[in-house]
Amino acid sequence: MKQSLRNIWTIGKREFKSYFESPIAYVFIVVFLVLLGSLTFFVSDYFREGEGKANLQAFFVWHPWMYLFLVPAVSMRLWSEERNSRTIELLLTFPVTLTEAIIAKFLAAWVFLTLTLALTFPMVLTNNYLGTPDNGAVIGGYIGSFLIAGTYLSIGTMASACTRNQVIAFVISVMICMLTFMLGLPSVARFLHGIDAGLLGSLAQMLPSLSVSPPFEAMQRGVVDFRDVLFFLSGIIFMLFTTHHVLQARKGR
Amino acid sequence: MLEVEGLKKSFGPIHAVKGVTFTVEKGTVLGFLGPNGAGKSTTMRMITGFLPPSAGTARICGHDIVDTPVAAKKSFGYLPENAPVYADMTVNGFLNFAAEMRGFVGSQIGPKVEAVISRCRLEEVRGQTMGTLSKGYKQRVCFAQAIIHDPPVLILDEPTDGLDPNQKHLVREMIKSMAADKVIVISTHILEEVDAICTRAIIINQGTVVADGTPDEIKGKHDSLDLAFRALTTSSTEVR
Repeated sequence: MKQSLRNIWTIGKREFKSYFESPIAYVFIVVFLVLLGSLTFFVSDYFREGEGKANLQAFFVWHPWMYLFLVPAVSMRLWSEERNSRTIELLLTFPVTLTEAIIAKFLAAWVFLTLTLALTFPMVLTNNYLGTPDNGAVIGGYIGSFLIAGTYLSIGTMASACTRNQVIAFVISVMICMLTFMLGLPSVARFLHGIDAGLLGSLAQMLPSLSVSPPFEAMQRGVVDFRDVLFFLSGIIFMLFTTHHVLQARKGR
Repeated sequence: MLEVEGLKKSFGPIHAVKGVTFTVEKGTVLGFLGPNGAGKSTTMRMITGFLPPSAGTARICGHDIVDTPVAAKKSFGYLPENAPVYADMTVNGFLNFAAEMRGFVGSQIGPKVEAVISRCRLEEVRGQTMGTLSKGYKQRVCFAQAIIHDPPVLILDEPTDGLDPNQKHLVREMIKSMAADKVIVISTHILEEVDAICTRAIIINQGTVVADGTPDEIKGKHDSLDLAFRALTTSSTEVR
């Protein structure tokens, strides 16, 4: 156990540092912060909408959309680069298990995303200066955002394990992430619930409950339900489990 | 110290390795020969636990690579084919990482890294990112990573491939200097190398062992290793 943790730490540390050894980290952080700021202030009409309320819903609502493109951009290289440059052979012949390597690389990327998310703290400060926001809801929003980032990341990890081509990995993960997000949007959910065609219909009606958006919605209001957290975590574990299977079968090719 | 037992590997309908068995004792430099596509790299990938064998297993210092992979992996150092390295990392950073992966902590790491840097003559490039290195340097960095923990078994997949004569000489000298108390397995298709450093050779062709012995034994009635290799790895009609 102790050795596993140390292996995860060593691999994760290398991975995390590698973001900063290339321009990826800086581009990602700048794009994320600038876009998020602009969307919140200009598109959401934060100044008028938030009049007197100074709430951060106008801010959090953009997170899943930002992650939709930016998380796959971070995750696409996780395994496909390792396979493409054949360093995977080096990595997996060190005294480590595949599970440790998968967890380590996933956590490194998640910590990086969390760091970026944490850099949005001036929003919270501004809000508290301008008014008296419900800080419980703010914390809930951050927890939700953190969990959505992790879920998208686990999807991206799986996609990255499937192919040696980073562009393909990117496109696959954007598609799946978009699906998991959109299925829960009220309009889409209403459409799916409207399908009334026997077995197919009942399957379609189940789909919205697989979406990440309703639980995120609740968390933005400050309702952090244990079951919702479990939903995100089980999604992540399922995706990493799938990654393990995919890599076990494809790592040598 | 290294026992390979009935290793087989199939990729779908293709049988890449059809049952390879051999045992190597301490002090041996084993040349693992065969034409391209004979199954050399696949066999090495199974011995090192990168690919799961379809059948059979390998034991490194008594540790089974299938049943106890982590213990087995601790006992060898491995230089994969084409010396893959993380292009964004510096030589220093990479060797530090390798030392940590090998279980060294804190103040143990520095001396280990220094030792392999001077042994593989990497002083000049230690601060350089590895994407900018020439093939010869990459090969040596990867070699350095394989010997950083002074393993009892060394598995080197084409360690001199693509090197210039000086670099080849350097790598061979390093291998020779370590041979006495280790098992070293080198895959190659360069036969001069076998004469130069190997004490034993195994030739595989189409996934099976076709010859096993000292280089002289394999030469046998042929005038050179070259002719023996050709006779063993091509069908009789092709040789004529």
